[in-house]
Amino acid sequence: MNLSNIFSKRNKVLLRELVVTDFKLRYQNSALGYLWSLLKPLFLFAIMYVVFVHFLRFGDGINHFAPMLLLGLVLWEFFTEATKQGMKSITSKANLMRKINFPKYIVVVSATVSAFINLLLNLVVVFIFMLIDGVDFGWTALLLPVTLIVLYAFTLGLTFLFAAISVKYRDIGYIWDVIIRAMFYGTPILYPLQRVVEFSETAAQVLLLNPVAVIIQHARYQLVGGDDVILPQHLFANPIWIALPYVVIVVVGLLAIWFFRARQGKFAEEA
Amino acid sequence: MTSDEIALSVKNVSKTFKLPHERHSGLKQSLISKLGGKHRKGYEEQHVLKDISFEVKKGEFFGIVGRNGSGKSTLLKLISNIYEPDSGKIKINGSLTPFIELGVGFNPELTGRENVYLNGALMGFSRKEMDAKYDTIVNFAEIEEFMDQKLKNYSSGMQVRLAFSIAIQSHSDILILDEVLAVGDEAFQRKCNDFFDQIKQDETKTIILVTHGMGNVKRYCDRALLLNDGSIDMIAGPDEVADAYSKLNLTSRIKKRVGDKDLSVEKVEGEPWLEAEITSDIVLRPADTLRAEIKYRYPSNAEIIAKAYIDMRGQPIMATNPRVLEMSGMVTSDTNEHIATYELDLDQFNRGDYRLIVHLEDITTNENVATYGIKGELIFKIVNPDIAAGGALKNKAKMELVR
Repeated sequence: MNLSNIFSKRNKVLLRELVVTDFKLRYQNSALGYLWSLLKPLFLFAIMYVVFVHFLRFGDGINHFAPMLLLGLVLWEFFTEATKQGMKSITSKANLMRKINFPKYIVVVSATVSAFINLLLNLVVVFIFMLIDGVDFGWTALLLPVTLIVLYAFTLGLTFLFAAISVKYRDIGYIWDVIIRAMFYGTPILYPLQRVVEFSETAAQVLLLNPVAVIIQHARYQLVGGDDVILPQHLFANPIWIALPYVVIVVVGLLAIWFFRARQGKFAEEA
Repeated sequence: MTSDEIALSVKNVSKTFKLPHERHSGLKQSLISKLGGKHRKGYEEQHVLKDISFEVKKGEFFGIVGRNGSGKSTLLKLISNIYEPDSGKIKINGSLTPFIELGVGFNPELTGRENVYLNGALMGFSRKEMDAKYDTIVNFAEIEEFMDQKLKNYSSGMQVRLAFSIAIQSHSDILILDEVLAVGDEAFQRKCNDFFDQIKQDETKTIILVTHGMGNVKRYCDRALLLNDGSIDMIAGPDEVADAYSKLNLTSRIKKRVGDKDLSVEKVEGEPWLEAEITSDIVLRPADTLRAEIKYRYPSNAEIIAKAYIDMRGQPIMATNPRVLEMSGMVTSDTNEHIATYELDLDQFNRGDYRLIVHLEDITTNENVATYGIKGELIFKIVNPDIAAGGALKNKAKMELVR
């Protein structure tokens, strides 16, 4: 991962080709093809909506909770897809790596880029849904790309780390499966953070130390805005706690780069 | 750019693999082997390459030969920077093809066209660059009408043709080719040969060819390296290396047939004993002489004599019976150990694999009392690069059209 090489011609070409191939292959032999990647989160949303909003009434008293639920799901779906696909990217390309020398990080990046393109397309659906629901976009919506970049950076960092670990220890895949399931319920996606605050403010604070939760809340705030979204600065007085999730993102990123670089020379023989 | 410049230099390169006793990709195994301490080490070390050093000059056609498992592929992977050496240095002067196999990254679910671009991207070519090469590739592979079909519907020959056609478009200074010559039908083979002939002329291109085919080594290579069990046996001209490789193969064939045990026969009291050994080289040319030593002992004072046969594929083609041929002084009648020598000028033989078989005959009963070489202990090979005639013996016949 020589920084000057990351965007060299050869690597850009390869990245592009791998992403395109991935898209071509993913929906081959399916009648609806690419539509599935839009339909999947919508169906998931429909189920969640019926259970948590319609029956359990989690969103009561909060404006536009339905589109916020969809937004949260779509962002979360990216996070899980990218980490799960990305961590397998090195091991699943073992055969290729034993026969040709190419920069290893490209397969990891390509897996996450595929998921990210998916996310962007899903966000189009979210926008449409928000317009239908009568969301009034403010200038904060322009900040959404920044939030998405932060989400991508965190996801990429974790994926690099997991991909390198899984070369020797496939266990990380199973462990991550469990963690990510627990995290799903520990992230304010299905329920608004307001419900948690009513129950215990400390619990809400703990939930907002999770980088993904912070990112989702920011995205919701930027798109829906207003008083309906609780941000870290609403709960924490001490800026250290507000900064902590970002510190986690940076530390994970640096750790991932260091670890991946140290291990990548052995991927071809060990994967 | 002089032709003396070094294209590739390999210095004191060693490589060891840790082979796990069981697949070692779990936390559990790792914990067990760590907790288990020394006597439960989870892997075995295999020294695949031991202190390899050689240089390849620019413009050279360099062959790497060796038996399966000798470390050829590992050496190639080290050269192409797929593996990292444990110690030593590999220096490459110029651009190098990064792949060691044809059709790397081919995906059966993609069409031929898509695979061309994907394979090109792996070699570092953009879509635009591949556009420019596309027609050349398809024409060389001769599969125009199949390019929009999925690769999984291709015959294996078509796949290899496509892969080879892409590979030769890589235009690197140093081209690494692993066992690529035995592909395709005769017409395609000819095309490949033309390509190799042409590239052999090109002083700027360096080729490293890994092959089992000694014909290819002799035909193309300027020099070749013989790997044996992770070490360099020799680096020499193609003929010398081809002979040494044949010998290596022959020796291992003998070992395989007879078993790893010693070729000598145990002397048992009161039993006849016979063994023999080829004292000359076992890979020979028609100008050479085959030499062997026959050792024997007989438990009684009966008159005995040693005989020898040359045999090709189970058919005796030459018998040497000293009694019938009235070679004097060959009969013995004591219980001492004797040594008889055997010499055969090979000028009447064609190339092929032969075996020598020796017998011990009791003259009074006309019976063979001992035999050696029947399992192939005394195999030898005659190589003759000039003549491709069939049959064991050189042609002595004349033919004439009389009507």
